[in-house]
Amino acid sequence: MARALSPRRQLVTTLAAWTVALLIFFPVLWMILTSFKTEASAVAMPPQFLSADWTLENYAEVWARSDYPRFFWNSVVIAVGSTLLGLLVAIPSAWAMAFVPGQRTRDLLMWMLSTKMMPAVAVMVPLYLIFQRLGLLDSRIGLVIVLMLMNLPIIVWMLYTYFKEIPGEILEAARMDGASLWNEIVHVLTPMALPGIASTMLLNIILAWNEAFWTIVLTTTKAAPLSAFIASFSAPQGLFYAKLSAASAMAILPILILGWFSQKQLVRGLTFGAVK
Amino acid sequence: MSTQSSRFAARLMVAPSVALLLIWMIVPLAMTLYYSFRLYRLLSPDRTGWVGFNNYLWFFNSPDFWLALFNTLALVGGVLVITVTLGILIALLIDQPVKGQGFLRILVIAPFFVMPPVAASIWENLFMHPQNGLFSAVARGFGAQPILFLEQYPMWSVIGIVSWEWLPFATLILLTALQSLSSEQLEAAEMDGAGAFARFRYIILPHLTRAITVVILIQTIFLLGIFGEIFTTTQGGPGSASTTLPYMIFKQAIAAKDIGRAAAGGIIAVILANIVAYFLMRGLGRNLNS
Repeated sequence: MARALSPRRQLVTTLAAWTVALLIFFPVLWMILTSFKTEASAVAMPPQFLSADWTLENYAEVWARSDYPRFFWNSVVIAVGSTLLGLLVAIPSAWAMAFVPGQRTRDLLMWMLSTKMMPAVAVMVPLYLIFQRLGLLDSRIGLVIVLMLMNLPIIVWMLYTYFKEIPGEILEAARMDGASLWNEIVHVLTPMALPGIASTMLLNIILAWNEAFWTIVLTTTKAAPLSAFIASFSAPQGLFYAKLSAASAMAILPILILGWFSQKQLVRGLTFGAVK
Repeated sequence: MSTQSSRFAARLMVAPSVALLLIWMIVPLAMTLYYSFRLYRLLSPDRTGWVGFNNYLWFFNSPDFWLALFNTLALVGGVLVITVTLGILIALLIDQPVKGQGFLRILVIAPFFVMPPVAASIWENLFMHPQNGLFSAVARGFGAQPILFLEQYPMWSVIGIVSWEWLPFATLILLTALQSLSSEQLEAAEMDGAGAFARFRYIILPHLTRAITVVILIQTIFLLGIFGEIFTTTQGGPGSASTTLPYMIFKQAIAAKDIGRAAAGGIIAVILANIVAYFLMRGLGRNLNS
């Protein structure tokens, strides 16, 4: 609903909008700045902006600590693994619901979403005991399974709303032209479904990467991803502010960049197509 | 194109996700229900048995429980009020013809992608820390005593942190909805002499109803389970001042190692979520069916 404004009002709104946006972003910016300061500079009072001692030391040191790359790698494996596994299960389901809808498809979708309403703490105890029995505690495969199940309703919903927009007539037209099922899938369906699948994948990698309940409850050291590592990282009396900031920056930057690319799809995806 | 055989194939394709979600829901929930009536402490594993509703009664008789219940609802309600109100205001602002709108959106959306422990640790250490935090530096600059955020106002601090994380989501969705509002309608209203407030109240707000509904529904689902932020900052303290229901259950399971009590708490959490969901669906369901 953008409308023309007088130049003066435009200047005022531009300034106001930029101020608000910078305020919202400031904590992230401050963390990134702190990550490049020496520890002394990071806690100096009054806070140092331009006069700080800048250094890359924190990143080198955090990375060199033998365990950091492992947490990072665990995050990658768990986020990507659970998302791919989820897609594998969800694509056929969403496909069938979108193109061969039954009378209960709508109810089924609502039921799937309602499983998200179940608080994780409610199933924490049995899951912990089951994992203990199966030897899955503190294992990456265990977390992959749990996060896959946790995000499955969202994956199915998102794919469903994307698939729903592929016109069914195109399939029929292709079939009339004598396309084989294989040709139909490779040349007609896949190109049309791919953007939806890609956005779903992106958003779910983000959700899984940032998950901070199961990762804390079900891991200790071996399989702990970054979210569990940062949660337990204590900074006694500000001794490690710069290193903590560097570790945090490395934990969020990959996802921040992915997120910036997918912000448009985020709205559609997380609202299940209800807001466009 | 739905013949008998294609419908059968469709059922087959839907079956795996339905089966997985059914197992994911029913098996642990049944076990939780079972344990909630048992005496089961990991520290004294030999003493087990049925205890009826004792585990539930322990919760209802504990003053901490009612505080946790209140905190849980205050967290959900507080964050919803803050994010929806500020979200509308910011969306209205960004929707104006502003220079560099694309980059603005990138700045505004950023907090949503910050994982909860990192968000919490930024605020706890870099901003709210009584000695080294930026807030205390500002307070001292004005000659005031630094505020002890996490000690004196733990629940408000957690609400603030979580609001910061969810504000981008609300803003982005409301902004998307705003952009589909036709400017002709607003201009027509303006020519008819409708002031800025009247235009907001009678044209913009009704147009946003659906988006606001979606924001409330989705956020509530995630907010009821908030955990990482509390775990990282206050650990539920001081005392139990910032303990929510999920955190109280976590403490029973992990710290007290009382499986029976934690299970009973889990069932209570399910009931609470159902009550909230029922009222949400009743109050908001109408806005979605269109």
